Amino acid sequence: MTSPILQAATRLISTLLIVFSLFLLVRGHDAPGGGFIGGLVAASSFTLLAMSHGVETARLALRLPPATVAALGVGAALLAGLIPLVVGDAPFAAVWVFVGGPKGEGLPLSTVLLFDFGVWLVVLGAVLGLVFALEEDA
Amino acid sequence: MSAVASVGDADRSGPWAGALLALVSAAAAAAFATLIPEISRNEAVAAEWAWAPALDVSLAFRVDGLSLVFALLITGFGAVISAYSISYLRGHRHQTHFFLYLALFEAGMLGLVLADDVIALFAFWEVTTVASFLLVGFETTQKARRSAWMSLLITGAGGLALLAGLIWLGLVTGTTRISEITAAGGLGGHAAYLPITLLVLAGAFAKSAQFPLHIWLPNAMAAPTPVSAYLHSATMVKAGVYLLARLHPALSGTDFWTTTLGLVGGFTMLMAAILSLRQKDLKLALAYSSVMSLGSLVMFLGAEETVAAAAAMTFLIVHALYKASLFLVVGSIDKMTGTRDLDRLGGLWRTMPMTSIAGVLAAGSMAGFPPFLGFVGKELKYEGALAIAEEPAPLAAAAVIANALMVALALAVIFRVVLSRPGRTPKTPREAPTLIWLGPLLLAVGGLLFGVAPDLVGRTLVQPAAAAMLGAPAEIKLKLWHGVNLPLMMSVATLALGVAFHLAREPLARLIARLPGGAEAIWDGLLDGVQTGFAAVTRGVQPGSLRTYLTVTFLAVAAAPLAGLRLAGGLPEASFALTEPQALAAAALCAGGALTAALAHRRILALAGLGASGTGLSLLFLTFGAPDVAATQILVDVLLLVLVAAVMPRLPELPPRRRGRSRDAFVAGAVGLAVALATLAATVGPFDASVADAMSARSLPEALGRNVVNVVLVDFRALDTFGEIVVVAAAAVGGLALLRRTRRSPA
Repeated sequence: MTSPILQAATRLISTLLIVFSLFLLVRGHDAPGGGFIGGLVAASSFTLLAMSHGVETARLALRLPPATVAALGVGAALLAGLIPLVVGDAPFAAVWVFVGGPKGEGLPLSTVLLFDFGVWLVVLGAVLGLVFALEEDA
Repeated sequence: MSAVASVGDADRSGPWAGALLALVSAAAAAAFATLIPEISRNEAVAAEWAWAPALDVSLAFRVDGLSLVFALLITGFGAVISAYSISYLRGHRHQTHFFLYLALFEAGMLGLVLADDVIALFAFWEVTTVASFLLVGFETTQKARRSAWMSLLITGAGGLALLAGLIWLGLVTGTTRISEITAAGGLGGHAAYLPITLLVLAGAFAKSAQFPLHIWLPNAMAAPTPVSAYLHSATMVKAGVYLLARLHPALSGTDFWTTTLGLVGGFTMLMAAILSLRQKDLKLALAYSSVMSLGSLVMFLGAEETVAAAAAMTFLIVHALYKASLFLVVGSIDKMTGTRDLDRLGGLWRTMPMTSIAGVLAAGSMAGFPPFLGFVGKELKYEGALAIAEEPAPLAAAAVIANALMVALALAVIFRVVLSRPGRTPKTPREAPTLIWLGPLLLAVGGLLFGVAPDLVGRTLVQPAAAAMLGAPAEIKLKLWHGVNLPLMMSVATLALGVAFHLAREPLARLIARLPGGAEAIWDGLLDGVQTGFAAVTRGVQPGSLRTYLTVTFLAVAAAPLAGLRLAGGLPEASFALTEPQALAAAALCAGGALTAALAHRRILALAGLGASGTGLSLLFLTFGAPDVAATQILVDVLLLVLVAAVMPRLPELPPRRRGRSRDAFVAGAVGLAVALATLAATVGPFDASVADAMSARSLPEALGRNVVNVVLVDFRALDTFGEIVVVAAAAVGGLALLRRTRRSPA
């Protein structure tokens, strides 16, 4: 589908969608959002790119093969589950660090966020794997 | 010869792996030997670790007389076999793999005989099965593959029966600890005795190659010869014997036990001995003689008498020594001359003196000539056979004939292979490397040494082993000379018969060749039958029509909730009303979209209808306060539409008047109705909000999150979510593989 309007719009929208998906990912713990929804939004961004500029462009923009992205996601989630073991907690228990402030005030970083990022990657990779393959077929 | 045939990049770490395994095995054997004084006083050494406490299964180990005999055989022979294989498989591409499999087997087998827990025993039992599969199929030829499969299927099926039997045994006795099960005494009177015993016997008979499950063992000779010596004569095939001896106090003492073991063991012994005479391939002849030995061991385990137990335990050691030695000798002959054919070999004493000495010594023990340990074992066997109270005469006669056939095989080794004129071998024979002749020679000399001083093994090993098997102290004295008695007469008869069999070998072999065989044909027929049968079932269940699959799946989806409602006593009193205007509008969008999709004559229109329906649904979610679900719904909907749109150009145009449309409408309507009714029914019951309230209350203080849905997903139930994303990733990989396949072969 080569439409100049769609191509021009995609350039703006696809980037915005990625930013929005990361926003959804990060805010997910307190407000509607999270890794699953964020991953779907990111996947639609690349899908839009694939439809307007071709799958090859979308693949280049993703840099890694979709299956690798999904595998990295599983790895990130697993890592998030294993980190608590190092600090002597049960696997998949949440570990929180507050950068530059006491609990509740500093920048909150957590294995929960890493875990959700893993979900984000898995959804992104899984959806794009199928979308790219089907679009290439068509 | 297969071992040398696969030439490739030499495996440099192979010899080191072999040396390591040999040293570790020898050290373990020495460690077990230090336990002899303690064990020979009928004491046991135990150790225990928790394994699955929730199931009350522990890794409990216990060394008593029976375990110690096996542990010494496993580790001692492990050392000899590893050293032998360093030279035997020198230059093989996968020598390191070989030693890895061998180490796996040795560890598994050791665990099997030391385990004091039936579940742990079973786990180790399966390890040996898998290791045997890997080793039989080590030379990846067609024949080796078939043999490996056969051994895996038969012993694996037996293993399943055994697992059922052991679990049942544990339930009946209230413990999985073997020492407690056997200490409780005989189960003969229990209602579940018969099924338990049948299941255990099935496992033991499959592993120890009893008729008619013996066919895998001769086929397993496709393995490299050291494997045949180690697994398929000295140790693994005796796991079944070990199990029967181990559970002897619990399961023996009934007519059923004595009759079954006597009949199966006796018949296997006689049949295998007769079949061994037919073989021109020395290794196969030895394989059948191993089956014969296993049969006689099983026969003796059927009995209650101390002398039968002594016969079984002594013969176990005798057989391991001479049979492993003979196998190794045959392997050496095979490697140096290029053949194992009895008709082509001859006069090896000139060219391979050390191998020949080992062969003659081992054959002497096999034939039961004095002063070998084999003689002691044979006398005990006859004494044991005579002592078995029920029907001693047929068993004793069968034992004499079977042993005479072993004498004939031993004479063939001595007079045709070692002495006689030089044969016509493919390669000019020369002496094997030291590592190759040393092992079998050591084992064969052991057979001679223990024969001269049988009490060396009698009091230290046989007596405690027999005591452990009987569950009561036993007084056993092994002697070379028993005086002139009935067993000695039988020995003389055996020798005479054996010489006659040897001299009449050719005509007898021709006669035996005419015997009805066909166990192999039945096996192949069975496998073929299973394959064609399941192919037919698959064709019936999976005709390849996506429409049929979906219809069946959705009908099942509709039937399940309806059946649930029916069981719950029909439709509950429930009502539901949409009052908010925006909810009504969203519901209308849903219904309109669905109707459009159902009635549309073009796919693109149907797709648009589906999209509208999905949008309506997410609006409904939004009005009822589930923004996360609504967002997910709309995003999934969008991506699904994109995927379907990508596939659409490949689909054929819809015919204007589609057939089966009313059927599709019925299925769709049924699913909608069933799910709606079930959901409605679910709202009637009192809603237990305790879990939801608890999660909401704990969300912020414990997980520092205000979005409960997300907190549950990534924190409270993170392990579940992890499983789910693994499924998502795996499904995507599977889908990709399917797409690639269809692309390569466009249908």
